[in-house]
Amino acid sequence: MIDVVMPQMGESIVEGTLTKWLKRPGDWVERDEMLFEISTDKVDTEIPAPTAGTLAEVLVGEGTTVAVNTVVARLDEAGHAVSLPVPEAAVAAPAVALEPPPPPEPVGQAVSPAAPLPPPEPAGPLSPLVRRMAREHGIDLTLLKGTGAGGRITKQDLEAYLAQRAAPPAPAPVIEVPPAPRPAAGRTRVEPMSVMRQKIAEHMVLSKRVSPHVTTVHKVDLTQVAKLRERHKAEVQARYGLTLTYLPFITRAAAAALRAFPIVNASLEGTNVVHHEDVNIGVAVALEGGLIVPVIRNADEKSVIGLQRAIADLASRARSKQLKPEEVQGGTFSITNFGSYGSLFGTPIINQPQVAILGVGVVEKTPVVVEEDAIAIRSISLMGLTFDHRLLDGALADQFMGKLKAVLESWSEEVL
Amino acid sequence: MRECQLRELGRIEYGAALALQGDLVERRKRGEIPDQLLILEHPHVITLGRAGVSFYPTDRGGDITYHGPGQLVGYPILDLKEWKRDVVAYVRAVEQILIDALAEFGLEARREPGKTGVWTAGGKIAAIGVHISRWVTSHGFALNVTTDLSYFRYIVPCGLAAPVTSLQAEGCRAGWDEMVAAIARNFARVFGYRSVEAVPLPQEAL
Repeated sequence: MIDVVMPQMGESIVEGTLTKWLKRPGDWVERDEMLFEISTDKVDTEIPAPTAGTLAEVLVGEGTTVAVNTVVARLDEAGHAVSLPVPEAAVAAPAVALEPPPPPEPVGQAVSPAAPLPPPEPAGPLSPLVRRMAREHGIDLTLLKGTGAGGRITKQDLEAYLAQRAAPPAPAPVIEVPPAPRPAAGRTRVEPMSVMRQKIAEHMVLSKRVSPHVTTVHKVDLTQVAKLRERHKAEVQARYGLTLTYLPFITRAAAAALRAFPIVNASLEGTNVVHHEDVNIGVAVALEGGLIVPVIRNADEKSVIGLQRAIADLASRARSKQLKPEEVQGGTFSITNFGSYGSLFGTPIINQPQVAILGVGVVEKTPVVVEEDAIAIRSISLMGLTFDHRLLDGALADQFMGKLKAVLESWSEEVL
Repeated sequence: MRECQLRELGRIEYGAALALQGDLVERRKRGEIPDQLLILEHPHVITLGRAGVSFYPTDRGGDITYHGPGQLVGYPILDLKEWKRDVVAYVRAVEQILIDALAEFGLEARREPGKTGVWTAGGKIAAIGVHISRWVTSHGFALNVTTDLSYFRYIVPCGLAAPVTSLQAEGCRAGWDEMVAAIARNFARVFGYRSVEAVPLPQEAL
């Protein structure tokens, strides 16, 4: 086992924060391959593995600050084909010169009939060390390309060849940090849920318990929006520094539909219906290990550009953990864009105490039958409204979706 | 004496600059080129350090940052094995270069204890975020010369909800080229180069 320590990245530096593990426990790392990242004073540094091996133990979790020279992990060299304790100097020329040349190979004679025949050797000088390693591992040196002076095969070349030849390390069970007590079986592990995960879990169970969920799916033709988006993308990028996506168009259309069918914008408190004057649309943002739904306030008063900016701003701040509490509160309706991960359509869970959530499927070029029975290629997205059947009925939900669809399919507003 | 090449890239998209920088970092690691100082300007873009994942996730330290026209961005690509093997000393040196360059234009700038960057009386004038791999530096500093500061409203620069400023906002009329020359001069002095010589970028790299 080799200890991996927090390196000292400067004279005055006494500690460092481990920001990211680039390998997981059980992963194989090559010597000098990047193993983890640390941060000191706004400087992020990648740290390479000191030796090849399996990452056996992670002792310091991400986000933890430890003193320089603290052991942060252990590498297990076992399983690595080369574990010869060869002093580095042995490969240096003077040391080689001092060693007597090895006697002609006695191996392969009567002593050990099963031993491999001396492997063929390439032309060019070979150090005794290289000869010995090749013999011990039964390597055909003619298969190797030397990187040393004059194409000479070095110890490193052999090690690289052996590492490559060695069977890939068996997939080891993933051991997370902080390490839970390691189960004897080695096939399970126990880890407490993060606080965010617990909150999400509570919310999901609550929502499914209180609201009878029903989903209705409509096919929406986004060809016209796609064209607009293509036409204005470059200018929006240049003028506003924003990447124009479909989402602000869909949000704008949802706001119009909510204005047309305000009951979808309501919420339920016990047996009371709470009608909201403001249209505040939450947009689900996937985070590492969870999700959050920041809210665009008065979404119906914003242009496509304004919505795009709000979405980009909220999403980036959600991911950098810089949302203010009020920015995730007060939503009256939610949109979840699982289409960005390729989903055709889904049945999301309602964000309580709201009564509906719009799920947006992937926008795909699809052959469709158009007027006069012709087949055309259109940009199609399946959009689903999941609603609380306590308050809303299917007919109303479909009217809402009809309005959303109509706005998107016959987009009439200027983008810029 | 060590050598450093100055490459002025003009206005260049963040992604393109990132790719070019990555290429030069690899070449610097292989010892094919001497130390580099890239000077450039980005179109409007918001970037994130390690903390986040959207827009332009980057591998530099620090978190969300705005770049845009009028902001003088410097990407030093130095092999710290040839200087001091010290990342904090490196960051302090970059701050010193900016402080000294601003002083040449009569603008008094300073560090803030416990923070990274350069401040004037009006607020934070330069941000620093650095990435290091095998002791070779990348990313660097962003100095607001005539930056439209209203864009910073959309973000909280580097996690600190403190005011930002620019040379222009501080009433300093320094031009872009004079500022680049002052930075190059101080860069050579602080890092101990004979000079920082401007070289064109090889055509194929663009």
